Amino acid sequence: MVHRAFTTRLSSLKVLVAAALVVAGGWTGALAADEEDIWPALQKDLFGAREAVEDTRAVTLEAPYRAEDAALVPLTVRLPAATAATAKKLMLVIDKNPAPLVADFTFGPAAGAGERVLETRVRIDMYSNVRAIVETNDGKLLMATKFVKAAGGCSAPALKDTDAVLAEAGKMQIKVLANTADGQREGQLKIRHPQYSGLQLNQATGYYIPAKFLRVIEVQRGGERVFRMEGGISLSEDPNIRFTYAPGGDETLVVTAEDTDGRTFKGQAGPKGS
Amino acid sequence: MPPSPSADFDRRTLLRAVPGLLTLFASSVSAAWRPAFADTRSEVSPESFVAEIAPGVYAHRGQIALYAPANEGDISNAGFIVGREAVAVIDTGGSARIGARLHQAIRSITPLPIRYVINTHMHPDHVFGNAAFEADQPAFVGHHKLARGLSARADRYLSINKEALGEEAFAGTKIVLPTLAISTPTVLDLGGREILLEPQKTAHTDNDLIVRDRQTGTVFLGDLLFSEHAPTLDGSILGWMAVLDTLTKEPIQRVVPGHGGPSMPWPDAAAPLRHYLQVIADEIRAMIKANRTLSEATESVGLSEKSAWSLFEDYHVRNVSAAFAELEWE
Repeated sequence: MVHRAFTTRLSSLKVLVAAALVVAGGWTGALAADEEDIWPALQKDLFGAREAVEDTRAVTLEAPYRAEDAALVPLTVRLPAATAATAKKLMLVIDKNPAPLVADFTFGPAAGAGERVLETRVRIDMYSNVRAIVETNDGKLLMATKFVKAAGGCSAPALKDTDAVLAEAGKMQIKVLANTADGQREGQLKIRHPQYSGLQLNQATGYYIPAKFLRVIEVQRGGERVFRMEGGISLSEDPNIRFTYAPGGDETLVVTAEDTDGRTFKGQAGPKGS
Repeated sequence: MPPSPSADFDRRTLLRAVPGLLTLFASSVSAAWRPAFADTRSEVSPESFVAEIAPGVYAHRGQIALYAPANEGDISNAGFIVGREAVAVIDTGGSARIGARLHQAIRSITPLPIRYVINTHMHPDHVFGNAAFEADQPAFVGHHKLARGLSARADRYLSINKEALGEEAFAGTKIVLPTLAISTPTVLDLGGREILLEPQKTAHTDNDLIVRDRQTGTVFLGDLLFSEHAPTLDGSILGWMAVLDTLTKEPIQRVVPGHGGPSMPWPDAAAPLRHYLQVIADEIRAMIKANRTLSEATESVGLSEKSAWSLFEDYHVRNVSAAFAELEWE
């Protein structure tokens, strides 16, 4: 349902026009764009009649107020144990990005009890509200919002040699980190991928580099899902996700990913110390 | 005329004494930027805009500042080398207006043709004065990757810096790309004076080019060397350290950094920057090893360096962020 909303939004005229303006305008609109609150319309696109309720006890979002590198803005979302117990999905939204839904994480049985923490890095295109929205099993939407000053993240030049980057795409590093305070595991996943946004110029050809990004990342522990992420162009180059998950009998972490070209990538890590 | 110090001094004295000649030289100034220049800082004489740091080698010290209307984009170093037949300009300042002042300074010293305008890398504070030299029809010279890097960022550089400078100080500023791309060490002859251009591997940016005056052992390093002004990392921290380590082993009489100086002893001048990069790299590596995060790194790494640099708060966190993303794949 959310995936459909995402595709709809990506292909909608409104977004294409916005993206074109953004490209033509060279990001000078960053300040002017603050004047308009686009959240009500965006919320309707994403959730229909349902309203996301700001609830900073149920979900917290850490983000820098001023991002020094708009193409690499770290976000950390924390769900206290009570929220984690009923959390079905986590969505990251950047209101003013050309594709506002950054990523949509669907949790599985291995997502763990206790505090659930998820950290990743995003591109931010202009001064914007950034939101972490949890969808609970009973359909409630709980939200934390932060305003971030950053501009130009989605069109930041991709200067590395395209062939070399694509040859390396999919290379993974999966690390099992120390246990969390409440006995959960913590993992880190890094995947080499250019995450072409479709808004970056290729100077050699004069054309925009076609969008090409990781569409899906699925993480499983011992055959059970930790999360399945569906994502778009707002996830930074070389996607990097830190996440908590449940310990279990089989501690093998398996990661599968697929990009918009249908290329699939796979990696795995044994339990810590093995 | 050989480019001896006394000959240059004589020429300068002569030019100062004969305003008519200056007017003649100024007539080569293009209409695009002359109006913008007309009302600027007439109290600063053209020849005091630069210092002769070695015989026939001149350098301008830009302010240690961010782009602002008050500094008109004069926030980086520039210079030129005078041969027997021609002049090579190295970097042109951060606006057409500053480029025009550099041009005026050159014309207060020599009437020789400006044959080359060399950019040490793509950043706007080093290339935006190029427009002031178009009328001379020089070869615009840069690292072979400069055009790609600058073109990809052109719209953004122009809009951001126009906003920071204001319409007036920005007037006439535009992108002028290299017409001569340097991919291997290349010698340019200014008439009895050879300068050597050496493109570097990715370091400060992916298009750093250094300019070596063989006659005096002077090297224009561009932003491969920062002094006073906080370094800015837009390439590779590992590459930058490697380039500095190579250069510090070379016999060089003096260097001109991209910011600070402008004439500094070598290799001593490299020490603070090399130290800064090492501190960042070491602390980030320790954090990565301890499984700490990018945001934690931006809050703690390199803070011991704060008092050593101006504009630290404007650039440091971004440097840490870029270095972290590079080093976590080691």
